[in-house]
Order: sequence, then C-alpha cells, then structure tokens
Amino acid sequence: MIEVVKLSKHFGSKVAVDELSFTVQKGEVLGFLGPNGAGKSTTMRMVTGFIPPSSGEARICGISITADPTEAKKKIGYLPESAPLYNDMTVIGFLKFCAEIRKLSGSAKKDAVERAIETCFLGSVAHQSIDTLSKGYRHRTCLAQALLHDPEVLILDEPTDGLDPNQKYEVRQLIKRLGETKAILFSTHILEEVEASCTRAIIVDRGRIVEDGTPAELIAKAPHGSLTELFRKVTTSDTAA
Amino acid sequence: MSILTIFRRELKSYFAQPTAYAIIVIFVLLSLGFTFTFGDFMNVGDASLQFSFFFWHPWLYMLLAPAIAMKLWSDEQRNGTIELLGTFPVSTWAAIVGKFLAAAAVSLVALVLTFPIVITVNYLGEPDNGAIISGYIGSFLVCCTFIAFTMLVSACTRDQVVCLIVSVAICTLMVLCGYDPVTRELAKATSPGTVEAIVAFSVWDHFTSLNRGLLRLQDAVWFAGFISLCLVGTSTILSAKRA
Repeated sequence: MIEVVKLSKHFGSKVAVDELSFTVQKGEVLGFLGPNGAGKSTTMRMVTGFIPPSSGEARICGISITADPTEAKKKIGYLPESAPLYNDMTVIGFLKFCAEIRKLSGSAKKDAVERAIETCFLGSVAHQSIDTLSKGYRHRTCLAQALLHDPEVLILDEPTDGLDPNQKYEVRQLIKRLGETKAILFSTHILEEVEASCTRAIIVDRGRIVEDGTPAELIAKAPHGSLTELFRKVTTSDTAA
Repeated sequence: MSILTIFRRELKSYFAQPTAYAIIVIFVLLSLGFTFTFGDFMNVGDASLQFSFFFWHPWLYMLLAPAIAMKLWSDEQRNGTIELLGTFPVSTWAAIVGKFLAAAAVSLVALVLTFPIVITVNYLGEPDNGAIISGYIGSFLVCCTFIAFTMLVSACTRDQVVCLIVSVAICTLMVLCGYDPVTRELAKATSPGTVEAIVAFSVWDHFTSLNRGLLRLQDAVWFAGFISLCLVGTSTILSAKRA
C-alpha cells in the first residue's frame, strides 16, 4: 500500500533522507522512530506529495506520488506534525471544507463528518471556533480531517505529540483499531508506543534506516531488552562530538 | 470543483474577520467622498463619472488591494496550513485561482456598493451608462491586477507586513509611471523610447480607455496577460519553495 523505493532528499549539500526503502502493507502499522532531524517528517512530506523527492520513488496503492499526485493523494489521510488548522473556522466548518475537498457531498459528506467527529471525540467542541480549542482538541481535529474520506493509507506525524496520557491512550487504541484494515505509517519519539500500537518499526538516523523489525525482534536485539537502550545504541545524539 | 471549494472557504474567511468590512467601508467612503470634494462633482456639471469618480480608483486600489490580498499565501505559510493544502488532492493551480477569485469578489462587493453615485448621476443628468459600465469593468480589472501582483508577493513571504509594503510600493509605481504629470517629467529626463517602456507597465492608459467606453484588444491583452503572469508566477514560487 505504501512503497518507498530509494527515496532521497537533499537540501543544498545537506542530505536529509538517504535512499530510504520500506513498504507498509494493508493491516500493518509501521512505527517510524528516530532522533530529531533524522528525516522522518521530510520522508513523510515526500510520501504525501508535499515536497518533491531529490530521487527515488514513493507509491501509494501502486500510484506514484510524483507521476500522478492527485490520484495518489486521494488515497492518503495525513496528519502533519504541527497539526495545522484554519483558526477562523469552527471544527465542523473545517471538517465540511475538508470533506468537500475530498469530493464528498450531500449525505455522504454529512455522514463522513459525523463519523469523524465521533471517532475523534469532538462532539463537545464541534461548533466551537478552532482558535479557542486546547492542543489536544486541535490535534484531534486535524486527525479527524485525515479520517474523513476513510483512506486506505494513513500517514501520521507524531500523532500523540503534546497530548495528555488519557488522550495518548485513546489515539493509540484508535491507531491499533484502524491498522487492522489500513496501512498506517506513524512517527513517534515515544518508544512505548511501538509496543502498544505497531506491528513493525524502523529506526532512522541521519536519513538512513538503522534498524527494522517487529517490536518483539527489536526488543530481542536490544541491550537489557530495553528499546531505549537500542535506540541510543543505533542512533547518534546531536550532542555527540 | 476544487476551485469553488477553496473560493468559498477563502470568502467565508474574509467575512469572518474585520479586514474585508474595513476595506469595503473605507473604499466606499473615500471614493464617494473624493467624488464630491476633490472631484467637485456637483460644480463641474458633467454627467460623466470619468474624472470625478473613477479617477480616484487606481489611487485607492494601490493601497487597498494589497491590504485585501496580502494574507492569501502569507497566512497559509505562517500557520502551516500550506502543508494541508499541499497534501490535499487539489492542484496548486486550483488553490491559486480559488484564492484570487475570493479576493476579487471582495473588491467587487466594494465596487457594487458605490451604486448610489450611478443613481445620482442618472437622476441629475443623462450620462452614457455604457461608459459607466465600462468604467466599472476597468476599475475592477485594475483592482484584480493589483490583487494578482500582491498574491505573487505573498507567496514569497510569511510576513504580511513585508508583503503589504512591497506590494503597495510596486502598485504605486504602476499607478505613478503612467500618470500624466509624471510622464511629462520623465519625458524631459529620458528618451521617448524609455518613457514608452516605463508607461507600458502602468495601468492608466488601459484604465482610461475603458473609462471612456472603449475596450481595445490591447487593454484586454494587457490585463489578462499581467494577471495570468502573476498567477503563473505564484505557482512557480510555491513549487520552488518546496523543492
């Protein structure tokens, strides 16, 4: 469902992503781990078609994101890292706009918006202006727009960032549930999410994959069975000389 | 249609904030106010709106059109919503056209609300209404030209104030460099060829001929060409920023 083949991105002389290759099938939840600046968001931005790759390919359900971006983007629900929203709209207004962009209309649009509001627990704030929402609700509103059109592929950049423990739990459960029928790629710093939600995880460092395996395999490789230790072992800290 | 969806969203956004209302009220008050004061509409006794009313429009637009259009792409880049737009199944071109049409619609509302002067001049005399309609078309096209240029500048920066200042400066030049007193001074300083080249960038010639009721092919080409160039330029800048 998501095929990434030797994807690279250079910003001038800096190599942000270096020939990354991986696939995510339907029913898989791939955790994308790595230190800050490793290239996770850049990779996601290339896979979703926001920025063009310097070289390599990304295919969504067999459709190339560079050759046929409009068709490929129809298959993706994307939650960007900063969970951007239009502050002058209400939650329901924003979701209706996103539904229309996805070519949903009439009762299909109404149902999709209602379903997304229910799934993301936005019922109590549906008619509130987005600029009055707390961080948790903003995040969930942005997640809701990613789910509206029931996409086959979900790409979530730090979906639990800044959420409280209850909200984190709910989002992880949601990802696990959705992962049964979709291909999900999500990035995180929180290693316990790997065990909680992922069927597989890859660790990237400085644009390259350094580890790839199921949570069980990674834990088996890890010193003292700790994912944190494995993470620290295979990645470079930005305070290193 | 994606263009329509984006157009509707942008238009709602304009009228959800004070910006559009402020600009519309200021434009209507100033354009009608200038007509009766500096334009000396009542004393001139001419049943034409060309010199008393329409004359002020480019001067007002060079300040107000950038105020309308400055947020179009600057806001998206500053808020991060450009990443949403860039990952929706919507072409950049559809987003550009939708936003441009929304800004043009705001200026159209402002223009339409000056209708009292049309009623007035028809009540007081027998004007050439064809010329008046043509004058409104010319005025709208001048505003659209400035809006298109401002949109191009807003794609370059996240900062609305920088966008406003740069756009106002260039739009002012576009108004000044075709204005008679200025061209006369220029003619004294440089060759006729240079003056002609400079005047080609100005809106005056095309605006004035539409004011008189003349739609020449060169006017249509100038407006359409300039606006298209700005829209294509916006697309190029947005693509280049992401590459």
